Amino acid sequence: MIPTEFKYSEEHEWVSVQDDGEVIVGITDFAAGSLGDVVFVELPDSGSEVKQFAKFGEIESVKAVSDLFAPLSGTVVKRNNNLISQPELVNQDAYGDGWLITIAPADLQELDGLLSSTDYTKFTESEAH
Amino acid sequence: MVFYHPPITLSLPNQRLINFNMSADQNTDLEFSSPYTPNTKNDRLSMLKAIGVNTVDDLFEDIPDSYLNPKLNIPDAISEMELVKEMENLANLNAVPGEYASFIGSGVYRHFIPSIVNRLALRSEFMTCYTPYQPEVSQGTLQAHFEFQSMICQLTGMDVANAGMYDASTALSEAVLMACRVTKRSSVNVMSSLSPKYQEVLKTFLDAPGIKIKSVKEEDINTDENDACLIVQQPNYLGYFENLSKLSEQIHNVGGLLIVVTDPISLGMYKPPADYGADIVVAEGQSLGISPSFGGPYVGLFACKQQYIRQMPGRIVGRTKDTNGQTGYVLTLQTREQHIRRDRATSNICTSVGLIALMATIYMISQGKQGLKHIANLCYQKAHYTASKLNEIDGYTVFTNKPFFREFVVSCPLPPNEINKRLLENKIIGGIDVSNYIKHGMLICVTETNSRDEIDLLIKSLSKIKTEK
Repeated sequence: MIPTEFKYSEEHEWVSVQDDGEVIVGITDFAAGSLGDVVFVELPDSGSEVKQFAKFGEIESVKAVSDLFAPLSGTVVKRNNNLISQPELVNQDAYGDGWLITIAPADLQELDGLLSSTDYTKFTESEAH
Repeated sequence: MVFYHPPITLSLPNQRLINFNMSADQNTDLEFSSPYTPNTKNDRLSMLKAIGVNTVDDLFEDIPDSYLNPKLNIPDAISEMELVKEMENLANLNAVPGEYASFIGSGVYRHFIPSIVNRLALRSEFMTCYTPYQPEVSQGTLQAHFEFQSMICQLTGMDVANAGMYDASTALSEAVLMACRVTKRSSVNVMSSLSPKYQEVLKTFLDAPGIKIKSVKEEDINTDENDACLIVQQPNYLGYFENLSKLSEQIHNVGGLLIVVTDPISLGMYKPPADYGADIVVAEGQSLGISPSFGGPYVGLFACKQQYIRQMPGRIVGRTKDTNGQTGYVLTLQTREQHIRRDRATSNICTSVGLIALMATIYMISQGKQGLKHIANLCYQKAHYTASKLNEIDGYTVFTNKPFFREFVVSCPLPPNEINKRLLENKIIGGIDVSNYIKHGMLICVTETNSRDEIDLLIKSLSKIKTEK
């Protein structure tokens, strides 16, 4: 089961909007599972700007290095520094402790360009085939 | 199963001559198209039938006759024996160090190569330049690369080294691209004392990505927050040492990286670049047991700080334990290389120089710490002896404003090219012409291979050239 209150991108990132207006960004459990054991995550410094659907970092597993794409535009507030020593958190808890960054979004309207949990599940099923 | 034997005749002990091609198999129809094509007439017929053509020539019917096997303007075929003679005659036109006293350096250096280097490196088990793409099968090769990396780290003082680049110029260019990735900046400072050859290669590499090159001198260096790195060659193109501590501070103050192009032989007696805070160290590895060979193949050395390892180009061999707890060697961090990451790979270095790196490894092992120190010291002493003798000749001035190792510049009374012509008559290969840096400047290189007699012959010949004028 994937969190129903989150929004998802076709690049397999999730977004969770907080009460204070900031959003948390991570990759989905489906993505983490496809990557295999994550060994390294490269994240932007806080204060840097990210743009919706543009690359903001890299995630490296034992199989491949993949680019991370921002689901929303905005300014990076925090990054998950626990991932430096424990990159495996992404595999263990993709929707919780394995979060990547928090963003102060520039425009929450951009959420409309993302998928609901139902649509994302359908999307992954179609991609898997 | 039919094994093909090339039609060679061998003489075996106590045996008459045997022709393998004739005696290979008398019961089957063996008709080979050439000694180098291991299939028979029947093989070829069945292949042609499978693809639906009648003859091999049918495959070429789309090519106009005028382009197919045109008459080439080349001499008639000659026998192998005649060919060898012709090549020997051509080779004899060269002025070969050994027969000639050579004082040419400028990036490629003649050092003594112990026979163990080629004796071991040319063993058939090692004899390939290709990256093993199922690398873990080749444990011996991987172990040799691992030892190479470890020794490059010891030599440069850096944390990690890769298994080798093509040569110094490409290693340097990759180092600059890496510095730009690390700092996310796109302007580089290049000391004007960097080898002009390396500068040319840099321009080629950096043109397409749009990285700006700033040529700087020690006196007027002006670093700013857009600078990804500063490149310092130590000793520099003209053989002299730069003030590396000061330069290191200047680039680090603005958050850029210090890239040092070092000389591995000099590290036998000088402080390693790591002691000056170098972030990336590259070098030409040729002087470590590789013959000058008209320009290659060589091996580029590449080392950096641990924190930048994921941005480092090339192959890295790691040591690990297998499921039985035994030591094994693997290619590590491959996920960033091109066979996995394609167009977004960290680098596009493809063909490996593993064999040359192996030669350098055997050279370093055979010399050891003391041996390398001894060689470096010999170079230093002989170069300084030559310089002091040259300085005594009327009309010749050696530049000694800065310390040097085994190369230095002497300002001559005539253009160096003219002097070199006269030296050749005395079986001496003079230094490189660096007139564009210093008037009538000649870059003289002296290594441990130059005997006292050779040096004295150079001095004698140069004093004559002066007096004849």
